Parts: sequence; structure tokens; C-alpha cells
Amino acid sequence: MSKVLAAIVGPGNIGTDLLVKLQRSDSIEVGYMVGVDPESDGLAKARARGVETSAGGVDWLLAQSEVPRIVFEATSAKAHARNAPRYAEAAVQAVDLTPAMLGPLVCPPVNLDEHLAARNVNMITCGGQATIPIVHAVSRVVPVPYAEIVASIASRSAGPGTRANIDEFTATTSRAIELVGGADRGKAVIILNPVEPPMIMRDTVFCAIPADADRDAVSESVVRMVAAVQEYVPGYTLRADPQFDDPREGWSGNARVAVFLEVRGNGDYLPDYAGNLDIMTAAAARVGERLAQGRLVAA
Amino acid sequence: MTETRATADVRITDSTLRDGSHAMAHQFTEEQVRATVSALDSAGVQVIEVSHGDGLGGSSFNYGFSRESEIDLIAAAVDEARTARIAVLLLPGLGTVQDLRRAHAVGASVARVATHCTEADVSLQHFGAARDLGMETVGFLMLAHRTSPENLARQARIMVDAGAQCVYVVDSAGALVLSDAQERVKALVSEIGGEAQVGFHGHQNLSLGIANSVLAYQSGARQIDGALCALGAGAGNSPTEVLAAVFDRLGVSTGVDPQLAAAAAEDVVRPYIPRLPWMDRASIVQGYAGVYSSFLLHAERASARYGVPTHAILQRVGEAGYVGGQEDMIIDVALQLMQEREREPATAGLR
Repeated sequence: MSKVLAAIVGPGNIGTDLLVKLQRSDSIEVGYMVGVDPESDGLAKARARGVETSAGGVDWLLAQSEVPRIVFEATSAKAHARNAPRYAEAAVQAVDLTPAMLGPLVCPPVNLDEHLAARNVNMITCGGQATIPIVHAVSRVVPVPYAEIVASIASRSAGPGTRANIDEFTATTSRAIELVGGADRGKAVIILNPVEPPMIMRDTVFCAIPADADRDAVSESVVRMVAAVQEYVPGYTLRADPQFDDPREGWSGNARVAVFLEVRGNGDYLPDYAGNLDIMTAAAARVGERLAQGRLVAA
Repeated sequence: MTETRATADVRITDSTLRDGSHAMAHQFTEEQVRATVSALDSAGVQVIEVSHGDGLGGSSFNYGFSRESEIDLIAAAVDEARTARIAVLLLPGLGTVQDLRRAHAVGASVARVATHCTEADVSLQHFGAARDLGMETVGFLMLAHRTSPENLARQARIMVDAGAQCVYVVDSAGALVLSDAQERVKALVSEIGGEAQVGFHGHQNLSLGIANSVLAYQSGARQIDGALCALGAGAGNSPTEVLAAVFDRLGVSTGVDPQLAAAAAEDVVRPYIPRLPWMDRASIVQGYAGVYSSFLLHAERASARYGVPTHAILQRVGEAGYVGGQEDMIIDVALQLMQEREREPATAGLR
């Protein structure tokens, strides 16, 4: 089977982990890894893995005789905003792992099929990738007037970019809980925990549901969704059965379902506690593969 | 009165209407807020903090929904205060700059930005925004027992560089024992003393809130937190009325009238408190095991729901090293404890 040529822009930890994942793919061939610093450790690693690299940035990439069909952007929101129009012009499909949010927000088991033709898709946030499938699993069974997620990650897995722009996480994730998850109103919280050894990513999803909701149907839907995510993140597990609580004062007559998740990374390049980073690269790889399969069929 | 304030040796910030919100399960009414602000203001307290217990935006499943909108309560506090200024708390990752703008728009003028003691760099955009809004800024390094004095000082430096005008050593677990508090305050004073003040926020879990506050003052802290009737998370905060009396006896001016503060506690706050904060088994475990004080009521609720003891939940939470904001982990821990009990019912009784 032939493969679709792809490139990774941004040779940081995320880009490197993504490369390891994509090198296992049957449908994607990572031909290029691009950065801006010739001394970059990530570029050296990519070269060692047999990938052509350059510190010449997107200029270099788009000047190649064979331009990639898909580009994975793991730089920053600002850099992606600059690069995106150039990808579009060159008819390169972009999978955006930054918080730039130029294209539709995509969570593979929820809405990927709707956006296979999009020129640019955005991978939301790590907490969004971990929790939105569950919000959707509940909202496809019963109305969800409000959903709230708490993502706890190891301090070591939060880079300076995340830290300096933590409001972006809460704003983007909250919005995606509504737009993609299907809740009327969303709220997101992120907590950094420095405990040693580092804690594995944990996520909790709370959904308000009708008092008379069919709880077995909700549980069954959640379990089915967890299995769907496990297809690309094997370490995505329920810590306990979904927990149901009857309406309490202040809950506007709603009951509540709480879902407790652990996200253990695959340990490809990033350590396994960094499930937050792993679920981003795993989801992006999943999206890329689906885009590539579409192109192979079309070709 | 104004002159006394200008020359006060130490500034007491009252957090009855913020840390106390934990003990009230976030059920404060506007009437209670108005009465408390009025009494604190008359007693000479210069800064009064009003927010959900977990800071702006805290109203949620995870932390408890507020009975009344915190912005409405902040607006009421601003309206009621004659000379005192209203402060708000914000935990980056939970509250946002947008929340801060809303609070500022209704008159809050002091922004207190809180992070775990090793994560100060998540506060940069919030300090920046607060300064741009012209607010006074205070940094809060929570669970300060979880890192060394030297490390804490480095984190305080990050906050000051980001725009904090004061940084607090926050003993969120009530776990600092005397010299622990002293050393941390001294380390901060030596690192940031030339550019910013140092503060201390104590809890009563091991009954040391007042003693630690006095030591903090003697080590150079110039802002100290209290709450009327100790109303706060865990076994409560350093009681404002006791801080006022103790500092007065020490000849340290706070600008707060001890008589009026005691009256505010007894006549205004005491009547509306459902349960006085107390050093019961669970909150002693919090101080002893270094567990975030706000976890207390959540652990009690999980205990009732899953039939495992509150102190056992808190002990396990302490061992896991959970930090402020991870209230969801309390349910997770309760579920784990319940499962462990179900798995070994025979041996459990023999131990």
C-alpha cells in the first residue's frame, strides 16, 4: 500500500513523539521534520530516525520538489497563524496541534468524519482530547445542560508555553465541551501537580443530566466510548464505574454523572505519565491517518 | 483613623468572605456579606477578600456551586465598604483574566493570585492583567510546606517579576510548625524584600495560626490574613479578632480595633455559621499529613456517600500528594478505599 507524504513542523517534544507514532503508520510517510534552529535536538533525533530535516522553516518545506500533502503543526499558535495561509495556498492539509483554532475543532471518536475535507483541523487541547469523548458519550444519550471537566497533569509535562497561557486552555476547552462535546454550557479546569514520581494524567468529567435519565444507558455509552478512544490511546482507562448522584440543592433539579479517567501515555518518546501530551499526538496521528486514507482512496 | 492606618506596622486582610466560603459550603447571602463587610470596615480592617472559596469562577460541581453569584456579592461588598478595599482571589487554571476583569468592573481593587507553591509561572498573565487594570497585586504560594524555604523564595521571585507587590507564604494545610513558617517568611523577605512585601496566611489545623502569624511578623511579614471566628477551610484560619488582640498586646499596630473586631465576630458572624471550625480528627490529620484544608467538607461528603471514614480519605489524599483544586480526587480515593474494603473484609477486622 502506498503512503501519503507528510511533514512535521516543530521539532519539540510533541513533534518528536508524533514522529515516533507516525513512523508506525501504514498510510503516512513522514518525509520532513522542520524547525528554525539548526542546533535543535529534535531535528537531530529525526535525522537519526531517517527523516530529512531542515532548520529553514516553512520556506524550505514548501520549496521542496515534492511538497507534503499533510502537515502536522506542533509549534505555537502564533507561528501556525503565520503558516496556515501558506499551507492552504500550497493545497497542504494542516493538522494543528497548537491553540490557534483556525479550523474546526476535532476529536477523533466524536466528529472526525465531518471534517475530513477541511483544509485545517485543530486538535483542541490535551484536556479536551481526554474529556470531550465522554461528554459526547453522555450527550448522545441524554441532554447535558452543563458539563465540567478537571484535568490534572504532572508539572513536568507542562511546558513554558502552556504555563504562560493557561487561560487559553480553560477558554478553548470550555468552548469545545460545548461545540464538540454537545453540552449547553462547558467549564474546564486544569491543575498542575508537582508530586514525585510524576502523577499520570487524570481527568474527571462531571455532566448534569436529567433526574430521570436512563443511567444504565449513560454508563453503557461511556464504556463504549472509552473503548473507542483506547483504539488510539491504549492507556485510556476508567478508574471506576460512572458515578451517579441524585439532584442536590444548587443543581437546578439535575442529577449528575461523574466519570473518572486515567490517561497513561504510550511512552513512545514522552514518558508514560505525560498522558496529556500523548493523547494529543495520538489523536493527531489518528486524524492524519484518516485524512491520508481519504486521499489514498481519492487518488 | 486614616493616620493610624497609614502608619500601621502590619496589615490584616480579612478572608471571612472568601476562605470562610469553604466552611459555609459557598452558601453566603448578600445580607451576610453586607453585614460582615460593614462590621469589618468599622473595626478598621483595610482589605476584605470576597470570592468563592476556590477563587473567582470556583462555582462548580467540583468545588461546590455558590448560592449567589460571586460578582453580585463582590459588588455588594464594594457598595457596603466605606474605607476598606475589596480583594478577590484567583487560581490560574480555574479562574481567568476575564473573571478578574468582571470583578474589577464591579469595584474589586486588590487581586490575589494563587498557585501551588512550585507553580508560580502559571500566574504571569494574571498579574500582568491585574497591574494593567490598576489593581493592587498579591501572590499566594499555596501549600507552602510542600517545598523548601529556598525554593519558595525562588517562586516568590517569579511572582514579583510578573508584577506581584506582595507574596504570601500560604499554609493551606495548616502544616507549618513555628520555625517552618518563620524560615519561609525569612527566605522570602531576603529574596523579594527590597521590592515587595511578604505575607502570611495561616490555618488552625494544628492550632498554630496565630503563633505562626506572630513569628511571621517578627520575621518581616507585613501582611497577615485572618477570618472572623476563624471561618475558613479545615479547622479555620487565624481568627482576625485574635490577631487584632495579640498584635495590640505586642504593641504592633494593625489599625484594627480589637474590641470592634471581637464584636464583629461574636455579633455578626457567629450567628450565621452553621458549624464553628474546629480541630477535629479530620482537620488534625490535614495539618499532620499536609492536606489542603478546603478538602475537609468534600471528604466528609464522600465519606457519607461511600461509607469510608473522612480521616482515612484525607490521609490517603495526603499520601498521594494531591494539590489545591484536585477535589475530584477525593471521590476517586473514597471509591478506591471502598473497593479495598470490599476486597479484604476478613482480614480488615484482624489488624
